[in-house]
Formats: sequence, structure tokens, C-alpha cells
Amino acid sequence: MTATEEAIRLEAVRLAFGSVEMRFDVGFAAGRVTGIIGPSGSGKSTLLHLIAGFEMPDSGVIRLLGRDVTADGPGMRPVSVIFQDNNLFAHLDVATNVGLGIDPALKLDAAGRAAVGDALAKVGLRGFEKRRPPTLSGGERQRVALARALVRRRPILLLDEPFAALDPERRAEMGDLVTALQRETGMTVLLVTHQPDDVVRLCDAVVEIEAGMVRAVRTLR
Amino acid sequence: MRMTSILSYSFASLVAALAAAVSPAVAQDKVLTVYTYESFTSEWGPGAKVAEAFEKGCACKVNYVAVADGVELLTRLKLEGASGKADVVLGLDTNLVAEAKATGLFAPHAIDTSAVTVPGDFKDDVFVPYDYGHFAVVYETETLKTPPTSLKDLVEGDPSQKIVIEDPRTSTPGLGLVLWMKSVYGDKAGEAWAKLKGRVLTVTPGWSEAYGLFTKGEAPMVLSYTTSPAYHMVAENTERYQAASFSEGHYIQIEVAGVTKAAHDPELARQFLAFMTGPVFQTIIPTTNWMMPVGKTSEPLPEAFGKLVQPAKTFLMAPEEVAANRKAWIDEWLAAMSAN
Amino acid sequence: MFAPAQRRRIIGGGAAWLAALLAFVGAAAFALWQAAPPAAGEPGAGFDAYVLGVARFTLWQASLSTALSILLAIPVARALARRSAFPGRIWIVRLMALPLGLPALVAALGILEIWGRQGVVNAGLAALGVAQPFSIYGLPGILIAHVFFNLPLAARLMLAELERLPGEYWRVSASLGMGPGSLFRFVEWPAMRSVLPGAAGLIFILCATSFTLVLTLGGGPAASTLEVAIYQALRFDFDPRRAMLMSALQILFMLVVLAGLRLIGPVAESGMTGGGAVRRFDGRGGLSIVGDGLAIALAVGFVAAPLLAVASSGLAADLQRLIRDPLVHQAFMTSLVIAVSSALLSLSMAIPVLRARQGIAASRRVSTPLQLLAALLRDAPSVALLVPPVVLGSGWFLLLRGFGNVSGFAGPVVVAINALMALPFVCRVLEPALEAYQVRTARLVAALGMGGLPALRLVVLPVLARPLLAALSFAMALSLGDLGAVALFGSQDFVTLPWLLFSRMGAYRSADAAGLALILALLCLLLTIAGAPRARNREKEES
Repeated sequence: MTATEEAIRLEAVRLAFGSVEMRFDVGFAAGRVTGIIGPSGSGKSTLLHLIAGFEMPDSGVIRLLGRDVTADGPGMRPVSVIFQDNNLFAHLDVATNVGLGIDPALKLDAAGRAAVGDALAKVGLRGFEKRRPPTLSGGERQRVALARALVRRRPILLLDEPFAALDPERRAEMGDLVTALQRETGMTVLLVTHQPDDVVRLCDAVVEIEAGMVRAVRTLR
Repeated sequence: MRMTSILSYSFASLVAALAAAVSPAVAQDKVLTVYTYESFTSEWGPGAKVAEAFEKGCACKVNYVAVADGVELLTRLKLEGASGKADVVLGLDTNLVAEAKATGLFAPHAIDTSAVTVPGDFKDDVFVPYDYGHFAVVYETETLKTPPTSLKDLVEGDPSQKIVIEDPRTSTPGLGLVLWMKSVYGDKAGEAWAKLKGRVLTVTPGWSEAYGLFTKGEAPMVLSYTTSPAYHMVAENTERYQAASFSEGHYIQIEVAGVTKAAHDPELARQFLAFMTGPVFQTIIPTTNWMMPVGKTSEPLPEAFGKLVQPAKTFLMAPEEVAANRKAWIDEWLAAMSAN
Repeated sequence: MFAPAQRRRIIGGGAAWLAALLAFVGAAAFALWQAAPPAAGEPGAGFDAYVLGVARFTLWQASLSTALSILLAIPVARALARRSAFPGRIWIVRLMALPLGLPALVAALGILEIWGRQGVVNAGLAALGVAQPFSIYGLPGILIAHVFFNLPLAARLMLAELERLPGEYWRVSASLGMGPGSLFRFVEWPAMRSVLPGAAGLIFILCATSFTLVLTLGGGPAASTLEVAIYQALRFDFDPRRAMLMSALQILFMLVVLAGLRLIGPVAESGMTGGGAVRRFDGRGGLSIVGDGLAIALAVGFVAAPLLAVASSGLAADLQRLIRDPLVHQAFMTSLVIAVSSALLSLSMAIPVLRARQGIAASRRVSTPLQLLAALLRDAPSVALLVPPVVLGSGWFLLLRGFGNVSGFAGPVVVAINALMALPFVCRVLEPALEAYQVRTARLVAALGMGGLPALRLVVLPVLARPLLAALSFAMALSLGDLGAVALFGSQDFVTLPWLLFSRMGAYRSADAAGLALILALLCLLLTIAGAPRARNREKEES
């Protein structure tokens, strides 16, 4: 694996976190789905937050698509993020939530509005435009978040335990949906998960984190 | 929800403690209950000294029930009606007398009031005066070098020199000024108010607010009493605040007391009224209630009282006249003061 | 959400408290109505141009005051939410609860030290060569005073709502690259708007029933509120029926306003916070830092300056003597006991009322009577605030005078009236927290079969401690500043700090009064510290 094939690279990144010192020196292959596993509190989410720009390293460099983004704010990075919960603004309807992915000030032209409808169709929520998040099921809300990630067209998608709140059936559906969308768009996907199933079914590679360090990297396929 | 019951319990215990804290003292054999206003019984007020002096000669206990002010006193009497506990009611003023009599709760005092002298010759068979004061414009001598010398002067003077007055709808000094203006201007009072309006900085709900604004320096003049400077001279040793003497004369506020029909021991109550007009009580009044005595004092008044404005003429309307016209005159005041 | 039996019980509990509240107000009203002297003429006769003019001014000044308070509070709440950690922030949040605890006259004198003819602002203008002094008397004075009292209240209510938003919202919006404008439009404003109907209603009622401030700073009788007319009718004219008809008119107007405010929109449902400290990723730019700093500094200056003026006048008093004065001790203790008991009573009323509303809201089918009950539970506390304390006090005086020494009842009556007055505030502060508790924790408690003291100690208090404390401190501050509706009761042993303050002021002792105002403000500060304790240091969030 060479540097040019890596979409994400953390070089000697250090971050003191309470009493724990996190140290990451790791790369993630472009166009693949990489699972991130490890015990609770090991630093999985912190790793994602560093890449997304929610945490700033004390030292080290973060490169995305070869560009040094260490000093960039979250919005300037080529990244979309989906959390376990609260990805949608509960008081805004589905179309607005997705539309904000196209333009954060919601200045949408006809093409933009069409893109919202298309994305919703792709995640199986055609016609859900006017619904509000509290009226959707947990799985439907996560699919709206995926639709928003789709319209944003960012090459990197970070998933922070996105299926954790779903029942097994919904989780499987969502997993298939992520796989299909990844194939279609060629995105680089990082998936933080507690579920071994997810890793086996979805991931091309897996990174194991423990006590703020990468303990093992395995390529699955 | 359990939390509720626990909270209610702690509340109940607090209320119990509170109730215990405020429950009245054990009554004595012979008790004279005097309804009055709060400042009479406050620690610097005349109440404690008066009670002590009276108790020496009566083998009784004076029990005060003090409400906020004279108006509140009348309200309480009306609300209580015949079920009231008062033997003596002390602290109404002449403007409230007609309404107080209309309650039918008071008995003629039947004491000799020949020693009582008040300006304006107030005489009444139910209520006995115990002190008085003239309303006056009190001014700050450092800012206001040439105070108004008459009500006319006040009404027509420099509108940039402001005065704070009280609202006749909610306070007795406010009503006093309305009556004063009426006494001087008669039918032209409305026009006079309209002229004065330009000098009125603001109209406060009560005397405390007005005097507070005045001493903060917001206005160089306030409607108060001729006796106000005495407090500043005696207690604060300053002559900075003085009352302006008005050539037309000053309206008077006479404070009175009366005996109730329901008094437990009418004789004792009358004894108190008689005591009230005597030298012991009258000597206590000036430097505790900051009003003028209505009878002989056993020692001369403090020197400061000699420096106070002595009105050349006293205005006093009959209580019945005030009662009959109060609403119309306040409406006149409202109309003039509310106009743009 | 609730088992049917439990649901019936909590709805019944709320209904019982509501009935008690209405009975408390109704009994006072009935007693007073009965007490009207036979000589009193047609009570409707006085409903002339005067009353209408006063009503018009009441609504006008209250609308303006409310609008200004809310508008100015928006940037302040936003800035405080965005700057979630800076030294002294906790003190600013505490400062926001302070004005409510001051008696109106004390606040008015403090405001005049700043904005009055001899105030700091005019001194500054004079130094700049402006000759004509800025005159606060009139509408400007009323507005300044009302904003002084209510901007902090609005800011705190909106801040609480912003802080309740889930941390993911800020991450998502940062990740989406939303600028400050978009963030305000799509995230912050909807959250603030959701508290608007409640907050604006509360502020409107406070401004509409303002008495001393409107008269003292209003410049003349053109600036009068219905509350003044009610006081006049009851005290000077002793016409209880007229007083009560005007109270009814006042309540009617306010109901219309409250209904209108509800049109602002349904309360937005927001996600739930994980409870961790929320981090913000916006507002990193220099301009927004300056803007937020300015908004916070101006608000703090505006609120703190009159308070500092009160404090500095107080320091000039002979505090040593006051502190040693047994009467001051007594007043201090009485005020404290009253404040604590009214706050607890208010809380023990608010919880069942709020729970009953939750119970109704959680029902799948809501019958018309239940809908009506829900509306009553929602609005009755606010409407109770509209019944002038002077009416309640007089009514209860009448009811109690048959039961022995009436002055002995002064304490309980004051506590009850103060609790009633604090109820809308307590409900407002507690409602979101109680909802969150219901969603997040109550089911777990039920599932574990916990109950009684263990549940209270282990779950309810830790989870609800902060909102409960905040509600308590608001209620205590409100009761502290209240002069008390007991003017009639005439109990010599019943001396509160504001009562003592007024008494000294009424006897020329303005220095003493200033000292007492300082003591009162310090006590109030103490309570607000208890109400907004410093957060325990949380570990940085980590999964």
C-alpha cells in the first residue's frame, strides 16, 4: 500500500486526553471501507473526530487526499460524518435536512431540489421530503443522514457507530445500503463499530485501537 | 411521585416553624389594642415610648397592630367591620375622617380637647388630633438658590427646575397637593395643573419613592412636609434641605385618633386619647414622628423646629367636602396631567 | 410511556393541585366580592375612558417592553451559548437571575444612578459637551427598567434551550460548513423560538402588572397600568367589585395576548443531549468573537451597573450597625424562611402540574375534557400571576379574620401568594428538564422497579438536581424581593427585609434603606449561586 493510495493519513498525531495520551500514525486506503474497532474509551471516536476536525491534535499532521488539513475547520475538510444519533435537525423537514448538504445556507436551485429527491429515492425514502425527523423511525433517520452525505459528494465518509441504535434487521439493511452507495460513488469510508458482524460483512480492512494507539491493521479482502 | 410528598413534607414543617415564629405573645389581663401605621411602631417611632409611658399609669398593656399606612388602616377597618379588635385607631388623617365615620365603627371621644390647638381649627366629636404637619415643597439649597415663594411661583416658574410629586390615586401627600391646589386655584385648578405639568419630573406612587428620588438628586424639589427639614437638621446635622414658604399658605395634614364602638374597655380607650393630648405624648411626637405637636410639651421643642417654615395661612377643607369631591378633583388632576 | 393506572394518578394529582390553585384565588375573589359595601354604586359604571386609556397604555408599554427584552436577549443568549467556557461565565449566568430578586423601588433607584438626570450616562454626556440631559422619565424609563428586569430572564430561558441542543447538532453543522447566518436560521433561532411563547408571555405579564416602576419612571399619570387602577379602587376608593372587574379585564386581555403568542408556532421537538459538555465549533472568527464579546459585555454592563450602584450606595451606609441590629437579623431570617418555603411550595405545585400535562400529552387518545384540562394546566399558573397580590391578600384577610388572630396567618398567606407568583417561573424552568427525565430516565427507573427514597436519592435528584436548583433559586429570588401582600395583616413580628427597607425609607433613613438593599441583594446573590452551581469538572467527552 503506497501513500498515493491513501485517502487519509495521520502522521505522528498526538493528543492528550485527560490522563490518556493518544498517538496515531496510520493511513486509510482510498475507496475502501475500513472498520475501526476496539474497546470503549480506546479512542475510536477521537480518531474520527480528529479526521473530521472536531478535535485538534496537539502535534502531528493530518492529510486528507494528500492535502494537509490539520489547521482546517470541519466544514473545509472533504468529509461527511454520520453519528449514532441526532444527525438530523429535529425541527426541520427531511428535504431541508438533506438540502443543507448541498448548500449550508439552503440556496437551492431546481437542480438542487431534484438532487435531494434523487438522494432520498436512493436511500429508499422517496416522497419523505416533508416529513419531520421525530415522525421517522431510527433507521429512516439514519438513511436521511446517508442521503445528505450523498448530496454533499465528499470523498470521505465517517460513520461513528451509525447502526448502534438499530435492530438487527434494520442494521443489515443499512449496511447493504452503505455498501451499495460506496460502490457507486467510490467513497472512502471509515466505520466505527462494536459489531463483529458489521466488520465481516462490510469492511475491506479493519483497524484495531487500544488505549489511544493503533494495535493492529488487517486487510480482509 | 414520591418527590412531591417529600417536598410537601419539608414545606409543611417549614410552615409550622414559621407559624410558631409569628404566633402572638400570651395576652395580659387588661389590654388596650391600638391599630396604627407601621412607622408609628417602628424602632425609632413613638410607639414604644408612648406605650411605656401610658402603661405606667394604667396597669394595662398596650398592644399595637400596625399596618402599612393610614389608608391601609382604613381599608383594614372596612374589611374587618364589626369583628375588629381595635380599641383605639390612631393614624387616620383629616381626609380619611369622613370615610372612617361612614363605617359607623367609631364612638364619640367625649374627652376634653380644649388643650388641643391645631391650625385650621379642626374640631371633631369623634376624632382627636395628635399631631399635624403642613405640606410643603422641600428643596435642595445647593442646586436651587431661588426657591419658589408661592404656589403660583411654583406653577409658573422655570420648567427646567423639576419637582417630584406623589400620585393622589395612591398616596395621601398626593391627595394633599390636589387639595392645596384646589384651595388656592379653585375652579382654575385644572389649568394650574396643566401649567405645573411641565415642571413635574415624575409622579410616584408614594412619599418614599418621591423622597428617594429627591435625595438622590434627580430633582431639586419634592412635595413633602414643612417638618422634613427638622429631620435632616436634628438627625443628620445638615441644613441642606429646606421647605419653601408659600405666601398663599399651606395645606395641612392633621393626624387623628378615635375610639371604636366595640372597644372592650371604653374608659381605658378614652384615657389613652386624653393621654395622647397631654405633654408626655406630645413631647415624644416631634422627634419620633417628625410632625408638629398639637398640645403643650413638657420640654421645649428642639431648636431645629424653630427654624421651620411657619405657614402664614393654613388651608383645610372639611372632611365631608373632600369625601364628596375627591373623585372629581382627582379626575381633573388626571385629565390635566395626562394631556399631551 | 405511562401505565394507565399511573397515568390516571398523575393526571388526577395535577388536577387536584390545579383545583387547589383555583380555589385559593377563587376564595379570595369571592370573599372580597361579598365584602363590597352596600353603598358602592354600579361597579361597571366606572368603566369609562379612564380605564380604557389605562388598559391601552398597559398593553402598549408591556408589548414594547417584551419585544425589546426578547430582541436584545437573543444576541446575548446566542453569545453565551457559543462561548461555552470562559472565565467568569458562570457569574454572568448567575447575574441574570439577580434583578428579579430586587424590589422594584430598589431597582428603580439603582437604574436612576445610571440613567437618571444625575446619573452616570448624563454625566458622561455632559463631559462630552451635550448640554441637554437625557431624560429617562416617560416611556424610555419604563422600557429601561423592564428590560433591566426581563432581558436577563429571557436570555437565561433561551440559553437553557440552546444548551439543551444535542452536541451532534454543532458537529453536523460544522461539518456541513454552515456559516453563522445559516446556523442561526436553521439551528439557533428555531431553538430560541420554541421558548418564545412561554418566555414572552411571562415577560408580558410581568411588564403589564408592573406598578412602582411604571409610575415612578413613567413621568406622570399618563403612564399608569391597570394594576395602579386596581390598587386605587381597592385601597383609596374601597370598591372591591370595581377592583375585581378590572382584574378580570386584565386577565382577559392577557389571555388574548397569550393565545396570540401561541400562534408563533408549535414548540419544536428537539433531540436529546447526551448530557456531556457541549462543544461548539462555530464562532472561531475574530469578528464573531468581537461581536459576542460586545453582546455579553453590553448586557452585563446594562444589568450590573444599576446593581453596582445599589451596592455602592449600600456600602456608604453604616453596615456594621445594621449587621448587628437584631431587627435586621429577624428580617433576614423571616425573608429567608419565606423565600425557601414559597419556593418549595411552588416546586411541589409545579411538579404535579407538569407531570399531569405530560401524562395527558402521552395519551394516545385525548378526550375534549382532558384537552381542556391540559390547556388549564398550561395557562392557569400564568393567569394566577395576573391576580393582583393586593386582591389575594385582602380576600384572604377576610377569610381568615374569623379564625382568631389574623396577624398569625401573615406568614402562611405570604408564602402561599409568593408560591403562586413564582409558579409560572418554576414551571418554565422545570418543564424541559422534566420532559427529558421522562424520556430518558423514568422508564429505566420503572423497569428496575425502583421507587421511593432510593429512586429519589439515586436517580431523581442527581438527574434533576440542576434544574430543580435553578427553579428554586428563581422562586426564592422572586419571593425575596416581594414586599408582601400582608400590608393589611399588621403583624409586628412579621418583618421581612423589603418591609424593613421600605419602613426605613419612609422614615427618612435612606442610608439604612440603601444598606438593607445591599444585604437583600447579597442574599439574593447567595441564592442564585446555589441555583447555578459550578459544573463539576467533566472528563472530556469520549466514547
